[in-house]
Amino acid sequence: MTIRLAGATYRYAGARSNALDGVDLELAPGSVIGVVGANEAGKSTLCLVASGLAPVVVAGSLGGSVTIDGRKTITMRPHELAQRCGILLQNPEAQLSGTAVTVFEELAFGPRNLGLPLGSVVERVEASLETLAIAHLAARDPARLSGGQAQLVALAAILALRPAYLILDEPTSQLDPQGTRLVGDALRRLAAENRTGILVVEHKTNLLDRLTDSVVLIDEGRVVREGPAAEVLGDPALAALGVEPPPRARIRAAIAAAGLDGTGVTDALLLELAS
Amino acid sequence: MIGIAIDGVAYTYPTGVRALDGVDLAVRPGETLAIIGQNGSGKSTLVRQLNGLLRPGQGRVLLDGAEVGRRHVAELARLVGLAFQDPDRQIFSGSARAEVAFGPRNLGLHGAELDRRVAEALEVVGLAGSADVNPYDLGYSRRKLLAIASVLAMRTPVVVLDEPTTGQDQRGFGRVRAIVATLAAEGRTVIAISHDMRFVAETFGRVVVMRAGRIVLDGTPADVFAEQSWGVLASTYLEPTLAARVGARLGVGSTPTEASLVAALTARM
Repeated sequence: MTIRLAGATYRYAGARSNALDGVDLELAPGSVIGVVGANEAGKSTLCLVASGLAPVVVAGSLGGSVTIDGRKTITMRPHELAQRCGILLQNPEAQLSGTAVTVFEELAFGPRNLGLPLGSVVERVEASLETLAIAHLAARDPARLSGGQAQLVALAAILALRPAYLILDEPTSQLDPQGTRLVGDALRRLAAENRTGILVVEHKTNLLDRLTDSVVLIDEGRVVREGPAAEVLGDPALAALGVEPPPRARIRAAIAAAGLDGTGVTDALLLELAS
Repeated sequence: MIGIAIDGVAYTYPTGVRALDGVDLAVRPGETLAIIGQNGSGKSTLVRQLNGLLRPGQGRVLLDGAEVGRRHVAELARLVGLAFQDPDRQIFSGSARAEVAFGPRNLGLHGAELDRRVAEALEVVGLAGSADVNPYDLGYSRRKLLAIASVLAMRTPVVVLDEPTTGQDQRGFGRVRAIVATLAAEGRTVIAISHDMRFVAETFGRVVVMRAGRIVLDGTPADVFAEQSWGVLASTYLEPTLAARVGARLGVGSTPTEASLVAALTARM
């Protein structure tokens, strides 16, 4: 039971070079893997490939092997992929159904398509609204939400599918700081309590610092670093690879560079105040 | 150089959602202003009043002393440039170059002058090498930058950026910060909405905090991120920067940025 990429290479239809170039990755149930990298490094492509949407829905050629629970994604139908793996795209407005007139119905859209009895659909929708603290939006028109609200609704719609795996492409990019914290807490709970395997792309490295078991750093379609979050995010080479170090690491570096090590800005203090 | 005066503005969407509930805000020419606040607090609704996309239900918005509602749309387009939060709502051309050229062409520019403006705007956002690319073949972060470029090319005295750093990596973040600094140096007014507290603290001279359609704090980054403001920030789902929290704990005053923290600690030594 795992999503496994072995030497995965992906080239979009019509492209001259590989967007993903020999990636090995395993996403086990209950684990949270963070993905960082510069823009255009291949992070979103990794999401599409790991979820099977590429090449099953997004045209291109896949090299190596990508399996979800032992089945090759290229042999799976879109609905089979959707039942195993929920994916949140970078632009939430691109994934709202456009057919629901309320947020409640938007969230019910997925579970209803799984053929669940009405009682289960309602229970799932209510639980998802609760998880992301957006019950007050239930009666709103999904097309008339603020950017951050739309992002939470799109995520809630995926949570309502209760997939074994979640692939999230910058799930908090439009959220306020407390919304970001709330999503982080919800994801951590899903991994711990429901054993959901989560792959999350984020520029907010402070969120990954708190949330993930391990972090992979992507550059030009390849995995160039992987390891525990603290180790990868504390790597001095991070900035050179286009990734913003977490505030904790930045402040530590600024204090050291200014020769202010004795002024009380300790690692323990930074860790306490950052969490 | 034009000033902005927002007087008692309230706005309710046709769906009944009251997004603005009495906003008073005066922005001086050349000021750099960040608007922060929880999701749904009215930030985007407020900036849409500035170029006439939305008209106030109550109160009035004055640009350079004249009411926005009485100005012609074409006139507003010369005064206020607005880059939307979602770039896909504003991009429609077949190439990055054509996208950026659309606005200035409507201002009557053509030929070498138009080409120069477009090239400059693409250069500033780092898309000079992608001028002939279809915008939808660019990643989301680059489409954001393209939307900003198309606003810059208009050279409006007021530039409004809705969440300009969303999805940007370190380099993109640096570009956006440099764009704000350049516009400010040219004396233009920059208003940005952001959830990125570090970007806000490091880049803007003034910060306005919104909650439920009203302004609840207004001051410099040092004022807004000072410890006595944290309660108000929390009430609208915001958090001070880590640098501000460290400075408060060590008792060196309000240090919203890492540079101000280093400076305060150095001064105490």
